[in-house]
Amino acid sequence: MHWLIEPGLWSNDAVRTGAGVGAVVAVVSALVGMFTVMRAQSFAGHALADVATAGGAGAGVLGVSPLAGFVVGSVLGAGAMEAIGVERVRQRDVATGVVLGGATGLSALFLYLITLNSSSTGSTQLILFGSLFSVSHATFYVITAASALVCLALAWLGRPLLFVSLSPDAAGARGVAVRRVALGYTVLMAVTVGLSAIVIGSVLSTALLIGPPAAALRLGRSMSVTFAAAAALGVAAVAGGVVASYDSYSWWPSHRALPVSFCVVALVVLELVVVNVAHRVSRRRDGRGRA
Amino acid sequence: MFASFMTNAWIVGTVVALLAGATGFFVVMRGSSFAAHAIPNGAFAGAAGATLVGVAPLVGLVTFAVVAGLGIGASRRHRSDVATAMALVMMLAMGAAFLSLSAAYEPQVEALLFGEILGVSPSSITPVIVISLVCALALATMYRPLVFNAAAPDLSAARGLNPTVLEMGFMLTLALGSALTVPVVGALLSFSLTVGPPAAARLLTSRPLRALVASMALSVVTLWASIAASFQTDLPVGFFVGVLSALVYIVARVSTRWRRHSA
Amino acid sequence: MSQNHNATNATAETSTPGTIVDVRGVDVELGGRRILTDVNFHVHTGEFTGLIGSNGAGKTTLLRMMLGLIEPTRGEVVWPSDAREQRRVGYVPQKVALDVDVPLRVRDFVALGDDGHRYGLHRRTRETRDRVEEMLDAVEAQDLAERRIGALSGGELQRVLMAHALVSRPELLLLDEPLANLDPGATEDIVSLLARVRERQRVAILLSAHDINSLLAVMNRVIYIANAHVASGPTDDVVRPEVLSQLYGHHVDVVRVHGRVLVVTGDASTGPVAEHPDIVVE
Repeated sequence: MHWLIEPGLWSNDAVRTGAGVGAVVAVVSALVGMFTVMRAQSFAGHALADVATAGGAGAGVLGVSPLAGFVVGSVLGAGAMEAIGVERVRQRDVATGVVLGGATGLSALFLYLITLNSSSTGSTQLILFGSLFSVSHATFYVITAASALVCLALAWLGRPLLFVSLSPDAAGARGVAVRRVALGYTVLMAVTVGLSAIVIGSVLSTALLIGPPAAALRLGRSMSVTFAAAAALGVAAVAGGVVASYDSYSWWPSHRALPVSFCVVALVVLELVVVNVAHRVSRRRDGRGRA
Repeated sequence: MFASFMTNAWIVGTVVALLAGATGFFVVMRGSSFAAHAIPNGAFAGAAGATLVGVAPLVGLVTFAVVAGLGIGASRRHRSDVATAMALVMMLAMGAAFLSLSAAYEPQVEALLFGEILGVSPSSITPVIVISLVCALALATMYRPLVFNAAAPDLSAARGLNPTVLEMGFMLTLALGSALTVPVVGALLSFSLTVGPPAAARLLTSRPLRALVASMALSVVTLWASIAASFQTDLPVGFFVGVLSALVYIVARVSTRWRRHSA
Repeated sequence: MSQNHNATNATAETSTPGTIVDVRGVDVELGGRRILTDVNFHVHTGEFTGLIGSNGAGKTTLLRMMLGLIEPTRGEVVWPSDAREQRRVGYVPQKVALDVDVPLRVRDFVALGDDGHRYGLHRRTRETRDRVEEMLDAVEAQDLAERRIGALSGGELQRVLMAHALVSRPELLLLDEPLANLDPGATEDIVSLLARVRERQRVAILLSAHDINSLLAVMNRVIYIANAHVASGPTDDVVRPEVLSQLYGHHVDVVRVHGRVLVVTGDASTGPVAEHPDIVVE
């Protein structure tokens, strides 16, 4: 394995913790993201990541817990979107865009204020792309616990949510509280994204929310297998990305490592490409058209 | 704030805002806000790459924006939101890689992300105006087909309007316009002018042509206010554009609901 | 202002026994426009009712109002037997928001019609699984059980949606334009299938369509929508020139040719006929 993994990878505590929390976040993002993709809410999922980041920046200005800032910010963003109205597709599009614009604007303000008050450079990039390798043990435990809760809530909501996603009117006729279920899901998505954005940044948060589920859905197996595959693909991308980033330090004489975010995203994209190509090849071989 | 060194900002800002308002009318009509958000972010990556390679940032901006736009346009039929999300994250990640490889200066990056009114050089006025005119012409040509396609997609397709061609053409225009807006308003916020003010305009009037004009007017006013405020407070332009665009929409929303209740 | 009654459990004494739902004096307004005015009709057990009207006449609105998805601005919808409360109304919508790749088998989708409203992860009960088999059998779709819902043709999906609505053993089955996108052969199949389903499952059927002819053979009652008004009653009593003319507000001819009915809305120059809010012919 020596050629694949540079020496010192596993003995590095920061890397181990980072990989661990990355894996946790990958799993919960993949599970929640399955519904995001099925419900075609990728824009909202991405927007909430950016809103979460604004919340985190705001927390930085106020001097309160960043994790709280991320999660609260993202939930508030979800609430704002719902308030504007998410019933019809066009309206949802506008609601997401307006909230995203407003929140990003606030981000600009907060980041400016932060750089004014502190001499730390690179805070902008840090907030956008996360700091996987500087996660403390305490944060790791908090995030793992919160992620477990999100997964439980998702299991609770799962069937009615599936029903509502497929056929909202029939679900309503059958007595499902459609609006409440949809709102509950949006809140879960907001919390998930808030948790992931703080460790891996908003870019990676979206990548892990959307990419692995989209790839898993292409595989075309049963529901439970697809959920499991999404989680597996997410974890694989994070693990591979961490290894690649660590290794890349020694690839160029200039000793500049490729950022983890780039490596993980590249792997997610690779997964999607491979799955789509395989799917197209198998379709052609079967000669079966889509109904 | 009307000193000579600000002239560029006012001129370029006005032109860019007019174009953004016009483009935004179609963005809101077609539900392409996600694409409008993704493309400038892609443009940012292009600028970072251009700096790495040593080319003029504008070239990078335009190239990546166009590639992003066409890529997103090509996926309109099936799961376009997933394609847009993945294109967005891929480009942002590439931007991160370019930045770390080239060790770009923090203020430079901030300026590109959040806008910098003084970052507009006089030499860019002509290309900006030229490209804007080209985009305006394109939009004027596509106006009727786009409205028809949005109102009755199947009917317009039956009448011979190829939806893919239309989408690609619109995305291309959106991409070019975005590339122009990025240096002034910033990659993260240039899309706000294509969502908030146009959505507000649509709430205020249901006649397409009037909405288009209102959209451009609101967008310009928003940018003017943002430039003025940024000048006075030294806070980034992007902050004002983002927040004011959202406010414009909210005010329009509240006032229309008020009108409907008292009617 | 507008009175908003939607009693689900009221005044059963004014409805005849065997009534599943009684719609009384209902107005529906959407977006400032009056879609339906003074709608009165009822559905009894075992009836096959056609809801006929041209596109945009308000058929879907009427169905959604019955399902409680839209509040009427006036009037009430009474369910004497508590059918809506007990979820004994099945609904077959015109479309489902199906992502083609959703990895759901027909069998699982139909099962959702029975237990999709229950929270929590739980194994499907034996009872549910048996009922799914039974309903797939009833709609003659057993061979589709293992197929992915995204991979079905229009007609196949229609049958699966029916099974999905039937699996909870409803008293009343509402279908929104099930025949809209089918070719004539498939239309006939679905209509005769529905007639069989009504027999065997003892369920009343109310479906909307814009062409009355496809349903003439099996339908016993009709609710005819035109001009935001409604005329309801046994088919032959409603589909008459006098009745429809009053409905449309101008002269209308009803022509019967080779067992098919043609409603000719004529030209407005013959002048409007005196307005009557609605006609319920018993």
